[in-house]
Amino acid sequence: MRLPSWLAQHVAALRALLVFTVLVGLAYPLIMVAVAQLPGLDDRAEGSLVSNAAGERVGSRLIGQAFVDRDGNPIRWYFQSRPSAAGDGYDPTATSASNLGPESVVDTLSDNPDDASSSLLTQVCARSRAVGELEGVDGRRPYCTDDGVGAVLAVFYRDGLTGPITRVVSVNQTGTPFLASYEGVPVESAQPGVDYVAEGGVITPIRGGAPTKPTVPSDAVTASGSGLDPHISVAYAELQAPRIARERGTDLATVQRLITHYTDDRALGFLGEPGVNVLELNLALDRDFPR
Amino acid sequence: MSSTAAGVLFLLSLVAALAVAYRFVGDYLYRVVTGTTHSRVELAIYRLVGVNPRGEQSWGVYARSLLAFSAVGILFLYAFLRLQDLLPLSLGFPGVMTHGAWNTAVSFVTNTNWQWYSGESTMGHLVQMAGLAVQNFVSAAVGIAVAVALVRGFARKRTDQLGNFWVDLTRITLRVLLPISVIAAVVLIAGGVVQNLSGGTDVTTLGGAVQHITGGPVASQEAIKDLGTNGGGFYNANSAHPFENPTSWTNWFEIVLLLVIPFSLPRVFGRMVGQNRQGYAILAAMAVIALASISLTIGFESAHGGTVPQAVGAALEGKETRFGVPNSATFAAATTLTSTGSVDSFHDSYTALGGMMPIINMLLGEVAPGGVGAGLYGMLVLAVVTVFVAGLMVGRTPEYLGKKIGTREIKFASLYFLTTPALVLIGTATAMATKNHETALNVGPHGFSEVVYAFASASNNNGSAFAGLTVNTAWWDTALGIAMLLGRFVPIILVLGLAGSLARQQPVPESAGTLPTHRPLFVGMLVGVTVILVALTFLPVLALGPLAEGLS
Repeated sequence: MRLPSWLAQHVAALRALLVFTVLVGLAYPLIMVAVAQLPGLDDRAEGSLVSNAAGERVGSRLIGQAFVDRDGNPIRWYFQSRPSAAGDGYDPTATSASNLGPESVVDTLSDNPDDASSSLLTQVCARSRAVGELEGVDGRRPYCTDDGVGAVLAVFYRDGLTGPITRVVSVNQTGTPFLASYEGVPVESAQPGVDYVAEGGVITPIRGGAPTKPTVPSDAVTASGSGLDPHISVAYAELQAPRIARERGTDLATVQRLITHYTDDRALGFLGEPGVNVLELNLALDRDFPR
Repeated sequence: MSSTAAGVLFLLSLVAALAVAYRFVGDYLYRVVTGTTHSRVELAIYRLVGVNPRGEQSWGVYARSLLAFSAVGILFLYAFLRLQDLLPLSLGFPGVMTHGAWNTAVSFVTNTNWQWYSGESTMGHLVQMAGLAVQNFVSAAVGIAVAVALVRGFARKRTDQLGNFWVDLTRITLRVLLPISVIAAVVLIAGGVVQNLSGGTDVTTLGGAVQHITGGPVASQEAIKDLGTNGGGFYNANSAHPFENPTSWTNWFEIVLLLVIPFSLPRVFGRMVGQNRQGYAILAAMAVIALASISLTIGFESAHGGTVPQAVGAALEGKETRFGVPNSATFAAATTLTSTGSVDSFHDSYTALGGMMPIINMLLGEVAPGGVGAGLYGMLVLAVVTVFVAGLMVGRTPEYLGKKIGTREIKFASLYFLTTPALVLIGTATAMATKNHETALNVGPHGFSEVVYAFASASNNNGSAFAGLTVNTAWWDTALGIAMLLGRFVPIILVLGLAGSLARQQPVPESAGTLPTHRPLFVGMLVGVTVILVALTFLPVLALGPLAEGLS
């Protein structure tokens, strides 16, 4: 029997697909799994797992961890990782970035915590303030209020975008506004549930007097792409070093030597950026200076 | 070394690697697609498939074979996804729901790899490797096959034969994609990419919490994901995930993988038409646009404009420490200049203008260098448009490589260039009109950019996203599925039609009035036509999104 040509073509297509499924869909990956068992590759193919001094597996060298207690507070005797948007933080089953844009500056305020959400700016400000408090340094940043939210005003003009200012609201604050008045107009605090943009307010971030180069490094206040970033910048590690030395009962120079030792430099001297592997560093602390 | 100096060296090292590859990979590809001998394995495959490898096809038969193969691929993958819970290695995940399975099936068959889902919580290992990754190979081979068929149209005369789809598909998969993938997978494993069939390992972290370290056949998939300009991540975080892209040098390696075939294909073109310099001209046009785009992206990201980047002191949100800003920006530009769509940093959190660059790259039609095959045929169609425009200027019949660009040819070429803008603009307008844009995470111009990005990515078969947009709804899955399907196959049919019409012609001898198509003048015109076509089409939509955000 001879099939009509349109049908014959689809039969050939199905056969071809099945052949390729076996070749590149089964044989290829399975052979690569077998190759990955070779000594030297096997450890990496299994996920570069690392163990503590007692020999228990505690994680992967490549996957970051949150060094926090049950309540989410930083454990003071560990170096802290970057913020993470993966699940509740460093969850490999829910890898994610925040995906908030560069002008995400207005919080959704609500009396119901489920409806409330923080803008990226407020998240950055709050993190900076928290890190500043933990390390005992200045946590101020540009465009942030002293109480750790985005310093953002909704400015209402008489004619929409022009004319005299009629009203000014600090959109991210329900308490005392960070600014008493703006261009001579008193600043109000925000009411939860009100959308000041929809009401015609022009969103105006206020730079404030914070230093251009904040003490708290950039990576300490931003979430990574994967939410599993195993590294922090050398600057952030050095910021944390005095606290670690204190908590571990050792001197600063020793901690700084450990930081240098666990810094992954740029590959070949020019690829990527240097980063300190936080898990390996904390494991070394547990080994050398157990609590 | 400063971050900027390291970034410049990074870029130069990429250029050097690709310059070396151009000749070697290009010549190898040329031998593969023009060879006349069949290996024993290939003959066995042709017997199993039931095709005669010696018979060549007209453009219509070539197109019908390709469409049949793709249609069967979509149906097969759809069924696979729906039924994954009944198959081994599903890790306990349920079958994928209807609109999600439709979207993903179309997405992988069209070389888009748009992902509404999160790999680590939706797809089992079997469906990843035997379903999704198979299409990573064959959809890439389909793209290269179409490009080769178009080049045959230029190279041949007075024939309706454009080659044999099944032979092209098999050879490109087995002789090009598979061997390079094997080598790349081993390199990636050595860098730390996982390759196992484990469902994962639970560990107790130093903080006392349980962390589930995921497993999977990742390296084998990562290799073809980049090489085939597919881009579908094994995990949600894609190439930002330390298990997909563990180090700064694997990052470099992955960028090379996703650029190597697209940048080598002009060599195949030059050799097949018998003039290497024609290949260099196309390469030059691609390289000029690519370098400009990458430099601008690095520049905008390093300047970190915008309220949040200024508060932070760097555009570091959504970027990994080990890659840093310049290398992440390079990856973002490379993945959208090709049709890859894998990401090592999250474009939604880029600065307004830095995030506009990936959108522009996609809107350019992904021709610099573009997806595997798709980039070359896109650029050649643009070259046809360019000689037509040049012909209008001087009042001569336009010709390219001795082939007259007449009414029929220019109809195919212009329809090709109307397809994706129509899909992007109509799609975006429909989403806004039906209020489906309200699933965007961000508000204002940035929310609009998320919608434009989604349709630009789907229609140009890229697959990357401004990922704040929630797209796992029936409307988005369906609409983007349609955009991907039409954005892939309508242009392919038009290109094959153009190839058929070119192959029939007897070449006209070169005369004094012929525009030389290997000189800088032509390269400049080609770049100009590419950029101006896009600027005229998309400036209004860019003004409402990223430009409004970046300039306010």
